[in-house]
Amino acid sequence: MSSAMNVLKSWWHRLGSPRSFYGIAGRLAPWFLGVGVLGIVVGFAWGLAFAPQDYLQGNSFRIIYVHVPTAILAQSVYMMVGAAGLVLLVWRMKLADMFMVAVVPFGMSMTALALITGAIWGKPTWGTWWVWDARTTSMLVLLFLYFGLMALRQAIPREETAGRACALLAVVGTINIPIIKYSVDWWLTLHQPSTFKLTEAPSMPPEMYLPLLVSVLGFYALFGGLAFMRTANVILERERATQWVQATVRQHVQ
Amino acid sequence: MSFDSVASFIAMGGHGLYVWSAYGLGLVVLLANLCAPYITRRRFFAIEGERARRGAVDADEVKS
Repeated sequence: MSSAMNVLKSWWHRLGSPRSFYGIAGRLAPWFLGVGVLGIVVGFAWGLAFAPQDYLQGNSFRIIYVHVPTAILAQSVYMMVGAAGLVLLVWRMKLADMFMVAVVPFGMSMTALALITGAIWGKPTWGTWWVWDARTTSMLVLLFLYFGLMALRQAIPREETAGRACALLAVVGTINIPIIKYSVDWWLTLHQPSTFKLTEAPSMPPEMYLPLLVSVLGFYALFGGLAFMRTANVILERERATQWVQATVRQHVQ
Repeated sequence: MSFDSVASFIAMGGHGLYVWSAYGLGLVVLLANLCAPYITRRRFFAIEGERARRGAVDADEVKS
């Protein structure tokens, strides 16, 4: 039992060490990126050309295969940033801060894309680009939270102070996530309810939701690969003065 | 296949502009995200490699 605990502990320690994480990330990133690109290409092509059209919305409904995965990632990435913030505040793990720095820009781009594709979908479906209802407004708040995390990082020159301030903002901001999630159930809105729910079967036929599922999984895999690569880049930047990074640099130059 | 011609695929039942602009923007954002870390990595090794090389030259000059 205690040996199992020791294995777990050393594994956790290894994962938390930037140097060994750099090695793991380099090996895993290509696989995640490959699966991600494949999933997105298959999901998009399937959704665009093969899924049946919606009986009410016609073909504009196909925007779902970009919009929903993007919106899901925007929120999941924020939850991961919040979790990393908590880890940084409680255990002061350096790697958690590096992860936050690495993934915030991706989360922000997903939030912006979700808002824009939502507007493009809204025009032919609702007759308007934008409504100030709970779902769209809380997604806009998410965009500002991401923006705030980036601005706060820039504004504080001391790395450790900046990390802790961002961690605090990230943790407090997670309150917004359940608001986004349940906004379509709690308030009257134009936005349609979620396609995927944990407790119920999807309200769509399989030929409509399977491409969506493939696309969502592709986005997650792509995010995983990008998170590995970007965290590895932050590690190089921050540990540039260490011997192992300098040795890696020499290897690259030769 | 849910369309009987390329033209109807592009037209998307009159919603072509909406559907294709959403997908176009999506692909641009995804591609930018995919390229960014490779560019950052390359730049890091270019700058640090140059510095390491110069450092080695400096060390040689000190020795001679």
